[in-house]
Amino acid sequence: MKPLLMHADREFDQYGVFRDLMYRYRRPDEKPQLPVHQQTMMEDLALHTVLDAMAGKDEFLFEVAREAMLSGLQNGIGTIVYRQEVLKDCLKNPDVIHQLYRLAVEAIEQTRRQWWSLSSAFPSSLLYDAIGMLEVLSGLLRKVRAVAEEQGGRFESKAFTTMFAMVRHELSEEYLSTVEKYLAELKFRKGVLLSAELGESNESRNLTLRKPGEKRQNWLERVFSKRPPGYTFHLAERDQTGGKILSDMRHRGISRVAIALAQSADHVLGFFTMLRTELAFYVGCLNLHTRLTAKGEPVCIPTPILAGEHRQHFRGLYDVSLSLHKEGRVIGNSAVADRKSLVIITGANQGGKSCFLRSVGLAQIMMQCGMFVGAESFTGELCHALFTHYKREEDATMKSGKLDEELARLNGIVDRIVPNSMLLNESFAATNEREGSEIARQVVSALLEKRTKVFFVTHLYKFARTFFEMKADAALFFACRKRSGRDTDVPAARRRAI
Amino acid sequence: MSGEADLQILTFQSILSGEPDDGLEGKGAQVPDFFGDLNLDRVVDAITADWKDYNLKPFYHARLSDLDGIAYRQEIFQDLEEKGLIPSIKSFSERMRVMRARLKEADEAKRLDYKYAMERLFLGAAQTYCEAIEKLWGELCVPDLRSRGLRAFREYLGEYIESPSFRALAAEARKVNSDLSAITYGLLLRDGSVTVCRYGAEADYSAAVENLFEKFRDGATNRYRLDARDGGGMNHIEAQIQDRVALLYPDTFHSLDAFCAAYAAYLDEKIARFDREIQFYIAYLTYMEKFHEAGLTFCRPHVSQRSKEIGAQNTFDVALAGKLIGEKGSAVPNDFFLSGPERILVVSGPNQGGKTTFARMIGQLHYLASLGCPVPGTEARLFLFDCLFTHFERQENITNLRGKLQDDLVRIHGILSEATPNSLIIMNEMFSSTTLKDALYLSKRVMSTIAALDLLAVWVTFLDELSSLNEKTVSIVSGVDPANPAIRTYKLERRPADGLAYALAIAQKYRVTFDYLKERIKA
Repeated sequence: MKPLLMHADREFDQYGVFRDLMYRYRRPDEKPQLPVHQQTMMEDLALHTVLDAMAGKDEFLFEVAREAMLSGLQNGIGTIVYRQEVLKDCLKNPDVIHQLYRLAVEAIEQTRRQWWSLSSAFPSSLLYDAIGMLEVLSGLLRKVRAVAEEQGGRFESKAFTTMFAMVRHELSEEYLSTVEKYLAELKFRKGVLLSAELGESNESRNLTLRKPGEKRQNWLERVFSKRPPGYTFHLAERDQTGGKILSDMRHRGISRVAIALAQSADHVLGFFTMLRTELAFYVGCLNLHTRLTAKGEPVCIPTPILAGEHRQHFRGLYDVSLSLHKEGRVIGNSAVADRKSLVIITGANQGGKSCFLRSVGLAQIMMQCGMFVGAESFTGELCHALFTHYKREEDATMKSGKLDEELARLNGIVDRIVPNSMLLNESFAATNEREGSEIARQVVSALLEKRTKVFFVTHLYKFARTFFEMKADAALFFACRKRSGRDTDVPAARRRAI
Repeated sequence: MSGEADLQILTFQSILSGEPDDGLEGKGAQVPDFFGDLNLDRVVDAITADWKDYNLKPFYHARLSDLDGIAYRQEIFQDLEEKGLIPSIKSFSERMRVMRARLKEADEAKRLDYKYAMERLFLGAAQTYCEAIEKLWGELCVPDLRSRGLRAFREYLGEYIESPSFRALAAEARKVNSDLSAITYGLLLRDGSVTVCRYGAEADYSAAVENLFEKFRDGATNRYRLDARDGGGMNHIEAQIQDRVALLYPDTFHSLDAFCAAYAAYLDEKIARFDREIQFYIAYLTYMEKFHEAGLTFCRPHVSQRSKEIGAQNTFDVALAGKLIGEKGSAVPNDFFLSGPERILVVSGPNQGGKTTFARMIGQLHYLASLGCPVPGTEARLFLFDCLFTHFERQENITNLRGKLQDDLVRIHGILSEATPNSLIIMNEMFSSTTLKDALYLSKRVMSTIAALDLLAVWVTFLDELSSLNEKTVSIVSGVDPANPAIRTYKLERRPADGLAYALAIAQKYRVTFDYLKERIKA
């Protein structure tokens, strides 16, 4: 039983990372380190600002959103559209989403408080704890079913309709009351009935717990009735060894049911864990949505295009992280970069080149993980990997060794580049015009041949000139100017005449 | 099986010998004198390490003195290897081991007066015994079994299996055991009491619970591990339960009683003896495996009582090779041969070059061949000696007031007076405690006695001169790398002793050559 809100065919937390996080099996400082290029990308795109807005102060929401964003580049269009549908439902029914999320959190918090983790030192205590835990969880399952019954009709996405139908069907009243009946019986108030076979020394082995017969007579009556016969013996008083042996037998008999029940408790909790993890992403989306719409920023559900089709156009695309830092709205950009694999961005300092580059990167990441993007409209092809290669120091002094450092980073990126990657480049300002241009030319030419889409912020006139002359068809030239509150909406054709 | 028709089948006595009783056990009680010098003690320790229960060492201490006895064993080694019978023997022995363990437990149950535990263990032992024998019989029925020993044993086993007493034993054991195994009973456990009752086919509770929560199963691994093994064993509670199960199933338990009374002495002497003695072969073959894995070969030696033209190819010191393999190193195989009048291998060359190893190796080869075992090498012609003598340098013995030279002389005198033309002598660095001149004089005297006896000898010495003393001596020199004379190759070759090449190398290594010294010693 899986909620399947992130992927149609599998759970989001395949490796149990968030389960561990939720239960603190792993301490925060043991979190696996991200690969260097991903850390760099997060910093360059100010992804933290966006994640903070999604998370509020909730570390768990933060981690789930981060993982969704970083793993988003692997999503196909199917998954993206699947999530977009879920997201639309969420935006329509935010209260129901928050209510479900609270139920999941409650299941986890309450069981964690009471049964830190089921201990398997003794079968009888394991059994006892598992019963207690399942009693709590079955109550919460009832509440989840109530939500499905009362609110399910308002949801349209495939994911939610499937999930609610599953909950109504699998967690029927009949099922839940059977569960509760079992839980009551398993307390074994009347003794334990086992079946056994004779082992190598005629000892009792294969002790198997038996469910007392329900038909006709009570099983205790049957045991004591004349037929079939039973022979009883009593422990001698103070026979402590005998008492220990008997309790071992009892433990052997109930250990399988204890494990089965403890595992079941884990599995039921696992359902809540998955529900919490998968809802967490959408709760994050709702939080960000509230923040952006409150200040009047537009958001839209983007149209994803297959990678390699070289289509990208947008209106009013703005830097979400910048907007989250500012009081009012920020200015957006519009462009049509269809059939382009190179976008060269030039313009004066403080003209918003970096913000533009960041808005492109953020939109890409957000689109690919199934989120809305900060724009009036957005259509874009998918990329399979995204890299940022920014200047490391704001003021570009002509320091020797700097090009070294830059090219070393580039080297690291090239190690990981795959076809249909995207590179947001803001570099090669660290050397003189002629050399910088030549390096840039070589790098960009090679990347284009290897089907990498490049956004290149540059002052290198010679470099820009080369591409303008040679590859004008594949390149878009985009100039950022100092602006005063008005969107620059510059048709590509005009911009070619730099 | 037509190829076997011409082979006569012996009456089976022992898998180690075709003779009715050759007193092997008594002969093997004493560890041969030369075992330590030849490192054969380590070899036998290594061979028998995993076979401690069988007390195999006496078998490895008792060498054979007739060629037919050697052939008897060589045939068995060959059959075991070539017919792939080793796993069959191993699983037979494993079953016999289990059988013995059950009998031991049965004794324990008897001591504690747990009647039904004892009887069931005894039954289990008997059944395991029957299985062991039936399985082995089936697996020994391979075509072209050539060895007299295994053919005789198979014949014996076949007759044994067909005997009415064995058939009854096997059938009864199976029947009683399967009746007991079919019993399922109920146990109602409450505080301080146990009720034993018939099992009413109630549903498996755990399965029902697993089933109930099946829908939540998410493929995650099970975190819970309870030690739920059947750890009960024998105790007074189990005994009381068994007594009551016996009341529920009186017929089955009566036949258990009857079985134990009827078959108290089921074990066949000769088969029990075979089970132990065959381990002599299995232990050795298992020991050989690790050499095979390291690319070293064993072969069936050609053993002669007449020809002293011994030789072997790609042979090695098993003790050293075993140690090196353990340390992930490898041993360097060597060749040697004697032809015509040659009798004495005089080994010289740089220290740490493998001379002693070479000498030991010759001794080991002859000894192992005299046990009827395969020997290291791809090919070997060896001599069946009547006595093997070793003369290795001893730590000076304080309680023994003789000086070292005198000790050397006393020992070699003892050896020479006992030796016959059919003996083998291995000598390692004699007379090193006296002057070169005296050592040479004494060595020549010893040499002339040895030469007169015409016996086989290996003599490791620093006296180059001995290597070309007469027509009986062959010079063996431990080699050095021509490119860098300070590197040992551990290859020993037949060539005239030449003290200079290595001496210069060592001199250079220690910077005491002419040039070095001139430079180093300042005026």
